[in-house]
Amino acid sequence: MTKQQGDVWVYIQNRENRIVEASLEVLGKAGELARERGVAVAGLLLGADVSGLAADVIACGADRVYVLESPLLKPYTTTAYAAAVSRLVRKNRPEIFLVAATPQGRDLGPRIASALKVGLTADCTDLQIGSYVKPKTKQKKENLLLQIRPAWGGNIIATIVNPETRPQMATIREGMMKLPRRDDTLSGETIAVAPEITPADVQTTVIEQQLVEKTVDLKGANIIIAGGAGVGSRENFELLKTLAHMLGAEVGATRAAVDAGFIDHDHQIGQTGISVRPKLYIACGISGAVQHVSGMEDSGKIVAINTDAEAPIFDVAHYGIVGDFKTGVEKILNIYKTLSH
Amino acid sequence: MEIAVLIKQVPDTAAVTPRAMKADGTLNRSALPAVFNPEDLNALELALQLRETYGATVTAMTMGPPAAAEVLRDALFRGADRVFLLSDRKFAASDTLATSTVLSRALEKQGPFDLVICGTQAIDGNTAQVGPQVAEKLNINQLTYVEAVEEIAGGIIRARRVIEDGKEIVRSALPVLLTVTDTANIPRPWSVKNIMKYKNAKTALEVPEEKTLDRLKQKGLFIETLDCAKIDLDPSRCGISGSPTMVKKIENVVRRGKTHQKIELTDNGIKMLLTELIADYTFD
Repeated sequence: MTKQQGDVWVYIQNRENRIVEASLEVLGKAGELARERGVAVAGLLLGADVSGLAADVIACGADRVYVLESPLLKPYTTTAYAAAVSRLVRKNRPEIFLVAATPQGRDLGPRIASALKVGLTADCTDLQIGSYVKPKTKQKKENLLLQIRPAWGGNIIATIVNPETRPQMATIREGMMKLPRRDDTLSGETIAVAPEITPADVQTTVIEQQLVEKTVDLKGANIIIAGGAGVGSRENFELLKTLAHMLGAEVGATRAAVDAGFIDHDHQIGQTGISVRPKLYIACGISGAVQHVSGMEDSGKIVAINTDAEAPIFDVAHYGIVGDFKTGVEKILNIYKTLSH
Repeated sequence: MEIAVLIKQVPDTAAVTPRAMKADGTLNRSALPAVFNPEDLNALELALQLRETYGATVTAMTMGPPAAAEVLRDALFRGADRVFLLSDRKFAASDTLATSTVLSRALEKQGPFDLVICGTQAIDGNTAQVGPQVAEKLNINQLTYVEAVEEIAGGIIRARRVIEDGKEIVRSALPVLLTVTDTANIPRPWSVKNIMKYKNAKTALEVPEEKTLDRLKQKGLFIETLDCAKIDLDPSRCGISGSPTMVKKIENVVRRGKTHQKIELTDNGIKMLLTELIADYTFD
């Protein structure tokens, strides 16, 4: 393979002196892309006192970590971060620049892309290296970043390319890429860069943050018991919680169930919630709207329980049970106990 | 205060009915009804509430085909003071960057605005990119995922926004661009008074006769269309030529045909299922 100019960069989001997991997922994928192109993968760390995190970024696969430290970079504000990153990108010219599509990434990514006047594809679910033939000139461009994402409420999958502008930018949906395994024997270079920003670049003042401790870990769950509108009530969700407790599982929900007030928003799975791929997904009273299905269809085994035999959830299920979810869950509870002994 | 609200007409991807599916199980996109993008309604509602509290003129703008005038009438029915349709064949096939170029140019032409408000994202693309891209082009600050505006005083806005694992209260000088979440408010319905007032509001494309047009203008019912020339935009900066991203391929998602194993809702059926899952180490 011919050696390509320009590295693959990843914005490494950090919070409370920890790296946000979604950034490491992106770093893992970026490493694959960099190896395929024969270039290096670099992480960008910004903050007031973040150089201590560089070792973590290297252990997760970065060949290089740019550390931009300044009191003006704490806390995160859009314009200061965008200014610091845009200026470094202009100087070092990476070929590809990836950002996790967290709320912060979706705030920062488009600001940077707009400043650099480059294309940006949002919420990619997969990235590949490939070619593109320009329809007018028939000119073929090799080694482009293929940015793959669902659109139209998950009803189409589009492959997007940026044939001309550099870097090729994309934000990556959380939970779609495998978290790289930490390897402390990996080595890499840490480069401290003085960020080129002034107090005028900080245009937002953060007065206070009210952080809620996360109690639900859907992304890390091996098993998810999920409920939809068909579960019917907050009380009925308790039954799902009982099963989840027994199986060491987490409880998930559709947007309809969350909007109906049956369960809190942190449990929401699907396009406006989180994407998951556990080993086992038990869908209770879920009809299977694409907005939900697009966030769980890659699960290892999907068991669907629904009274409507025509419900679209059965189209993605491996096992289908037509009937009342309550009877189903109760039977699973009782029979699992006898089998696991 | 001058407030601009950016709105979009979108296919109702949330209401994919069997009628909108083709025989091969893929979506028939043309069968989806066109609606006011839901979060843009929250943006408009926030603007109207701010007008009630602080006094303001609310200008709604949309970029789209001539038929997008429908969401502008909708905005008038809910209480917008002025509306503009940004429409030109040259705008067609714009990606988010080119769209933000058109919108920011129109905002500069019709402004200045103290506040630009848009929905966080549109339900057709779900990119959430256009708001921040417009803010950058206008060279103003942005506050995304805004749930509430707590106060505007002395040229400073204080707002609450959603972040990872919580909320934050932030302050910014005006002008600023806000993107608003669907939890921000409950959009008001059309008012009968506004329907009576604006039901005949039309764009030039909808009313070909000069005479009728003049009458609409006199009555304040003329919806102005801004094309590429009117916003002084170099055509190479919008449409396909102004869009750095290209679509290489579109695949329809086929949502049917996958066969699943049917399990009876009996003790035996569930026992068989669990035995199989246990044998596959699913619970380990």
